[in-house]
Amino acid sequence: MIYNPQAEQADQHTREAQQLKNLKNLLKKVYSKVPFYKEKFDKAGVKPEDLKTLSDLKYFPFTTKSDLRDTYPLGLAAVPKEEIVEIHCSSGTTGIPVVDAYTRKDLDTWSECMARTYCAAGATSADVLQNAYGYGLFTGGVGAHYGGNKLGMTVIPISSGNTERQINVMRDFGSSVLTCTPSYALYIAEVLKKMNVDRDSLKLRIGCLGAEPWSDNMRREIEEKLKIKAYDIYGLTEITGPGVASECECQSGLHINEDFFYPEIINSETGEVLPYGERGELVFTTLTKEGTPLIRYRTRDITYLYREKCSCGRTTVKMHRLFGRVDDMLIIKGVNVFPAQIEQLLMQIKGLTPNYQIILTRGENHLDDMEIQVEVDEDIFSDETRKLETLKNYIFNSVKSKIGIYAKIKLVEPRSISRSEGKAKRVIDKRVI
Amino acid sequence: MTINQISVFLENKSGRLAELTKILFESGVNLRALTIADTADFGIVRIVAEDNVKATEVLEKNHFIVKNTKVLGIEVADQPGGLYKIMELFRTNNVNIEYLYVSMKRNNDKAVVIFKVDDINRGLEIVKENSLVAVSGSDL
Repeated sequence: MIYNPQAEQADQHTREAQQLKNLKNLLKKVYSKVPFYKEKFDKAGVKPEDLKTLSDLKYFPFTTKSDLRDTYPLGLAAVPKEEIVEIHCSSGTTGIPVVDAYTRKDLDTWSECMARTYCAAGATSADVLQNAYGYGLFTGGVGAHYGGNKLGMTVIPISSGNTERQINVMRDFGSSVLTCTPSYALYIAEVLKKMNVDRDSLKLRIGCLGAEPWSDNMRREIEEKLKIKAYDIYGLTEITGPGVASECECQSGLHINEDFFYPEIINSETGEVLPYGERGELVFTTLTKEGTPLIRYRTRDITYLYREKCSCGRTTVKMHRLFGRVDDMLIIKGVNVFPAQIEQLLMQIKGLTPNYQIILTRGENHLDDMEIQVEVDEDIFSDETRKLETLKNYIFNSVKSKIGIYAKIKLVEPRSISRSEGKAKRVIDKRVI
Repeated sequence: MTINQISVFLENKSGRLAELTKILFESGVNLRALTIADTADFGIVRIVAEDNVKATEVLEKNHFIVKNTKVLGIEVADQPGGLYKIMELFRTNNVNIEYLYVSMKRNNDKAVVIFKVDDINRGLEIVKENSLVAVSGSDL
């Protein structure tokens, strides 16, 4: 089923006309209402009126994550504060969070996108949605919740964690759609097995999974173990949260809700716009956003776009599942982490050397584990184990509170962290995804 | 009279202790006392060597992290209550013991116990005040 046939099955001519109209309005609005954009456009020598066709967007400057930090907290808001009804922030990241502020209409758009997502996965208002995304500032929890409401499903806002209870609730309330991170879905499958719950006593049939990278192999494993169909969903806080793009029943590429989010693929070094089919950095412009609109926001995610006659009937442009990142950002248990953040944090601890290494593994429970190895030198070495254990705990707590991840801290001997060509390899990602 | 002890940081991985002892052997360093404090992923080897300066030098040359620490070596009567008597003295004088271990050396019928205390000067005073015998590194 298609949630909004008019939008999702529009012919290209009608869609582009609508996109152009919205884009013109957006550029005018941000130029007059947001000093940040006025300054940026002026510096680049472009005026909103210069945009005559959609492809003229290439003359406009990009917006980056660091721009978002520089304008923290609400420097990008294009509406008066009274009109903002909700705020979300990115999970963790380099000290200053990335903010998304929503007006009533923005929340409606978001809800619609997530309703389209569930619908594309085959859910209807008769389904029961188990929302095992974390609720809070993170966009996953409430975004998934709003969409479930919009479609009219019975929403169970169980949030993440407490897996045995997840399974009991799943059985008792007949949850048929599960939404969470793919690694958590696999973990639920394991616990299900351990608890000896008869799979046939569950009504689960669909998984809408995202917020971290996962492979087709992992998808097959989830589908087999949970006996469901698993669909990839894509989104990011900056743009709106989950629901920017999602898979349909064909499970081949994600349909972008391009009536709201205008995508481009660029060469991340030159900034040049690349044609369909070519791999590059994904860039979005939020066509209808009111709260914190983004012009040509660089996601740092790598994929390509293509248009095909999809057998689901949708005409929206598709993106391939992500190939990776332009930068070194890691996604650990759904939390965005840059190695530089860890380094900064370690450097603030007196006596620590910048010799560290991050080791990522995906354990038997299919959840990500992060180990931070720190080299011990003369300054921090104490001949009392208690003092070294205290140091370990201190690092653990700093990482927990500043980055939001429970990392294993390991003190290692000097020079035990491999250095290649004089430069240390900071991250060893052993996760098989 | 105090003893110089060297402490070495070791990761908990196989072969590390063998490597350390090999380096000492190849440099002709004899060991007088040794103990290992271990945790889940690292250990601290505490050594009193015949020649601590040389031991420190060769270990550092081989990129081990080495720390020199002053400890007390006290003769303890080899009979029930021998250790208890000293513990009581430390306790009543509010001297905290970080760790202790027994050296290989026996002076007459006495064992030599090595103490790392939080206040070594106070520790030495207690030794004196109670007519205990503190040994030097070369006595071990």
